[in-house]
Amino acid sequence: MSQVLVIAEHLNGQLNNSTAKAVNCAAQIGDVHVAVFSDSPAAVAEQAAQIDGVSKVLSVENVANSNALAATLAPQIAALSDGYSHLLMPSTTFGKDVLPRVAALLDRPQISDIMEVIDAQTFKRPIYAGNVITTVKAPEGLVVGTVRTASFKAAGTGGSAAVDAATVSADLPSHTRFVELQAAASERPDLQSAERVVSGGRGVGSEENFKVIYSLADKLGAAAGASRAAVDAGFCPNDMQVGQTGKIIAPGLYIAAGISGAIQHITGIKDAGVIVAINKDPDAPIFEVADIGLVADLFEALPEIEKHL
Amino acid sequence: MKILVGVKRVIDYNVRVQIKKDGSGVETAGVKMSVNPFDEIAVEEALRIREGGIDSEIVAVSIGTKDAQQQLRTALAMGADRAILVEADSEVQPLDAAKIFHKLAEEENADLVLLGKQAIDDDANQTGQMLAALWGRPQATFTSELNFADGKAKALREVDAGLELIEVDLPAVVTTDLRLNEPRFVKMPDIMKAKRKPLDTKAMADLGISASAKLETTAFEPPAGRTAGSKVEDVPALIAALKDKGVL
Ligand SMILES: Cc1cc2nc3c(=O)[nH]c(=O)nc-3n(C[C@H](O)[C@H](O)[C@H](O)COP(=O)(O)OP(=O)(O)OC[C@H]3O[C@@H](n4cnc5c(N)ncnc54)[C@H](O)[C@@H]3O)c2cc1C
Repeated sequence: MSQVLVIAEHLNGQLNNSTAKAVNCAAQIGDVHVAVFSDSPAAVAEQAAQIDGVSKVLSVENVANSNALAATLAPQIAALSDGYSHLLMPSTTFGKDVLPRVAALLDRPQISDIMEVIDAQTFKRPIYAGNVITTVKAPEGLVVGTVRTASFKAAGTGGSAAVDAATVSADLPSHTRFVELQAAASERPDLQSAERVVSGGRGVGSEENFKVIYSLADKLGAAAGASRAAVDAGFCPNDMQVGQTGKIIAPGLYIAAGISGAIQHITGIKDAGVIVAINKDPDAPIFEVADIGLVADLFEALPEIEKHL
Repeated sequence: MKILVGVKRVIDYNVRVQIKKDGSGVETAGVKMSVNPFDEIAVEEALRIREGGIDSEIVAVSIGTKDAQQQLRTALAMGADRAILVEADSEVQPLDAAKIFHKLAEEENADLVLLGKQAIDDDANQTGQMLAALWGRPQATFTSELNFADGKAKALREVDAGLELIEVDLPAVVTTDLRLNEPRFVKMPDIMKAKRKPLDTKAMADLGISASAKLETTAFEPPAGRTAGSKVEDVPALIAALKDKGVL
């Protein structure tokens, strides 16, 4: 029987939704334990214990874990993974940062962005910005992988797993120090879990103009997203970037305004329910993937949509 | 400061990749190849560190077939001082790439290894982190701003929650995000000059690394495609279509 260890992602005492998605993937492989590393893990461990399919939560309390630094977490995770058949983390910046460091300490290859479980050793994962899907088989021994969060729904909550305090002995380095997190304050829903997303591209033209995106997003109760070009131009913060090298999302409704539809952007929205494209260029590639296209100037279309809501 | 920079040869990011007819892999014959875009940013950053006044030797490193000399010449033309090609004919997975960089970082006594945050072929996003682990050094992944003072580096990292600032002791491994800089355009005279810069070749076996357990790829297939829907005339028709699909 496979015994899977999932490492929880959390911030400010809140469990991140990516954890429940990774648990859903893990539950297709075997029995699932979740580990919480924190300086005060109680609240997060309690939330993890409620995820359906989790049979045990391991809480690892250490002041060194007050911020999620890969250099500090990796040796602890490597030590805790002993005896497990699988070690999984979500494919968020947290999992991408930490897990390869663990894998190397354990001398194991890592499967990045698991999108489908075939069996306990075999998985599907995307390469070339999602333009090719490969089937990969892990070698004998511990399987290490990150879970593409857009490919798995979050496991439900209703469970009540036991929470055990765990101790790990590992030498923790002091060569890496957390200074600060400049969190982009936003009242809007979280981009990665929002049911609706309104995104703007270079076509929006300026930071000032981005208010047409925010305004429609607020009217729809949606998260706001952006293309890389919009982020690079300084119209909006980088944590709004959707795509191959930004966030991979799967909302029920995605509205792309003034976005041309480069493959790197489309990779981020392939799993969306309904894609709406609003672009004044009738030949923009985004129309090849959009379920509904509207050839229009976004500055006229977006306010008009709001009026009809 | 001694800076090692990774330069991977990959299919150019503008190319629409095709799976080989027999399904055994991705078609590379006759396809335009380039420096992995994130690695180009790493080379540019190394040059800017030197231009910013920190006396540096910049060594470009590639792992792959002889053809990767082309990408190393690009890095030399941008301004790297010399290049090392570690020749490998079969696919090199991130763990082995990390072992190779680890060996070179020690041989060269590097203060900084700059790598792209991911290669746009395998999209693995692992090599820098694995190298940092093997080397026992700090890592600053997804970096969009990098500054040095007193033998330490401050890196601003692009994370899901916003921007995270960390401080690391040197030597360290830094992986680049797109916003770190905009790589310079290579000029013709620099391409000529680059031809005379040293480019060493090593065999993987010379480095004394035993190959790691590998992931085996058993199939390549196209993604479940999305098909184009239809265009609507105006906003009322858009609203009606959204209601029809049950998303409004
Ligand atoms: C390695 C690499 C990784 C990348 N990763 C990502 C990624 O993760 N995410 C991402 O998005 N990009 C990524 N990119 C960049 C990507 O290739 C494109 O450059 C980018 O997505 C283009 O953004 P855009 O569509 O906003 O801009 P453009 O391509 O400039 O398109 C702007 C569009 O707006 C339309 N428009 C202009 N004005 C109006 C108006 N008034 N009304 C309506 N429409 C209007 C235009 O017709 C045009 O189609 C990456 C690139 C590289 C090389």
